[in-house]
Amino acid sequence: MTEFPQTWAFRTPRARLALWFGWLCLVALFVYCWQVMTSTTIWMFIWDAPRQAADIGSRMFPPRLSYLPELMIPLWDTLNMATLGTMLGVILAVPVAFLAARNTTPSALILRPVALFIIVASRSINSLIWALLLVAILGPGLLAGIIAIGLRSIGFIGKLMYEAIEETDIRQIEAVTATGASPAQVLNYAIVPQIMPAFWGITVFRWDINIRESAILGLVGAGGLGLKLQASLNTLAWPQVTTILLVILATVIVSEWVSARVRSAII
Amino acid sequence: MLTVTDLTKTYKTGDKALAEVSLTVPKGQVVGLIGPSGAGKSTLIRCINRLVEPTSGKIALSGAELTGLGPRALRRERRRIGMIFQEYALVERLTVMENVLSGRLGYVSFWQSFTRRFPSADIERAYRLLDRVGLMEHADKRADALSGGQRQRVGIARALSQEPELLLVDEPTASLDPKTSRQIMRLLIEICAERGLPAIVNIHDVPLAQQFMQRIIGLRAGRVVFDGPPEQLTESVLTTIYGAEDWTAMRKDGEADRVAEAEAVARLAMISA
Repeated sequence: MTEFPQTWAFRTPRARLALWFGWLCLVALFVYCWQVMTSTTIWMFIWDAPRQAADIGSRMFPPRLSYLPELMIPLWDTLNMATLGTMLGVILAVPVAFLAARNTTPSALILRPVALFIIVASRSINSLIWALLLVAILGPGLLAGIIAIGLRSIGFIGKLMYEAIEETDIRQIEAVTATGASPAQVLNYAIVPQIMPAFWGITVFRWDINIRESAILGLVGAGGLGLKLQASLNTLAWPQVTTILLVILATVIVSEWVSARVRSAII
Repeated sequence: MLTVTDLTKTYKTGDKALAEVSLTVPKGQVVGLIGPSGAGKSTLIRCINRLVEPTSGKIALSGAELTGLGPRALRRERRRIGMIFQEYALVERLTVMENVLSGRLGYVSFWQSFTRRFPSADIERAYRLLDRVGLMEHADKRADALSGGQRQRVGIARALSQEPELLLVDEPTASLDPKTSRQIMRLLIEICAERGLPAIVNIHDVPLAQQFMQRIIGLRAGRVVFDGPPEQLTESVLTTIYGAEDWTAMRKDGEADRVAEAEAVARLAMISA
């Protein structure tokens, strides 16, 4: 009979030591960061915080519901900004996604890097910053907001779409190719049907995010609810702020519900 | 008639999948291609319609050369070659009818195919084929709503809607149960006989190949090591194709199974007694 060992360790001693050392470094970093963070803190303000919060809270309550009718048009603007921005984003993102996906790109050497750069550039800039830039270029208003939302959406939709395109089943594509179909027909018959659920899921998800984002874009002058929010904050009209926040909350809940319904319907 | 001459395929990794394979398939003949995994069966049939680009050699289908064609001419030639796949390779989210009609893509314009407005002759042919494979009432179902055997029937109808002059069949029964496998093989053979259609069928299952094929080609490591009628497929030939060790190991496994089975039966008899 051969002797078999009776002990078995999940990690080698070396790996255990490295792991322990890693945790040590993390704790040390945390302690150091804590010191940096607190060295310029004025503690009096912190001790004061609960009282201040209670003060603002008491001013915010009760919300001024008579302000609601005035919010309906900005709310409509916000919804339009999100919807049109999403549509713009989709229109621009779909070609970018096909250029970026390894299996559909016409040129992996030039066009694919360009498409990937567009996606990264769009994603790296927050829609609030896009809106700031566009308000400076186009002047304040809804148009700047729509384009800001659209530009920010390219990266999100483009990235998720090109991943979906890359995950398509090669055998279905092979089968359609084998019938003598042209590349455009292969796209239409083998690739598009496979990515349709992902396409609708991503679009509705982004629309849902864009409603939240467009609600604050008014802060930098791009119209919609954010404009009202800024006006109310500037005049310290706290009950109005509460009303606006409630409207945003209600809108987000409704859009979340819609996007959940759409996604469950298509899968 | 299909003529393959000195077909060689070397993959980028340096693996030689096919080495100077030559064969001729006359009209109406159904050829079974057998061999161990990795012998190049799948590469061979994919080289014929150039889903895999051959490294060298010639392929001619009733006189027309297939190697060296440009993309447009290749697409035109591909219409003459129907292909049936291992896991059906239907477009799952399209309807059965769309899948069958996709066999006509090479004949219609992009716009016609995009709007799904196929010529009435194509539609009639598609219905006739669906009726032939027994799926008439499933025409408007989505392909992923069908069972394995039904999906493979749609795959057959799609290939036939091309009105092909040659069928390439890649492991048609690999994901089907034994009974459905036989039904599908029988259907394939019948259809080939009805139309005088030559076919090359990749097949794992040696008994199934012996039962249904008129001629068997054995591939081993990218070379043809056997070419003849199924009756000549003796044990020594199988050893050449599958390799001595593997073959005896398989038989030994079989023997071990038989012994185990006999023991189990004996034990059961003792318990029930």
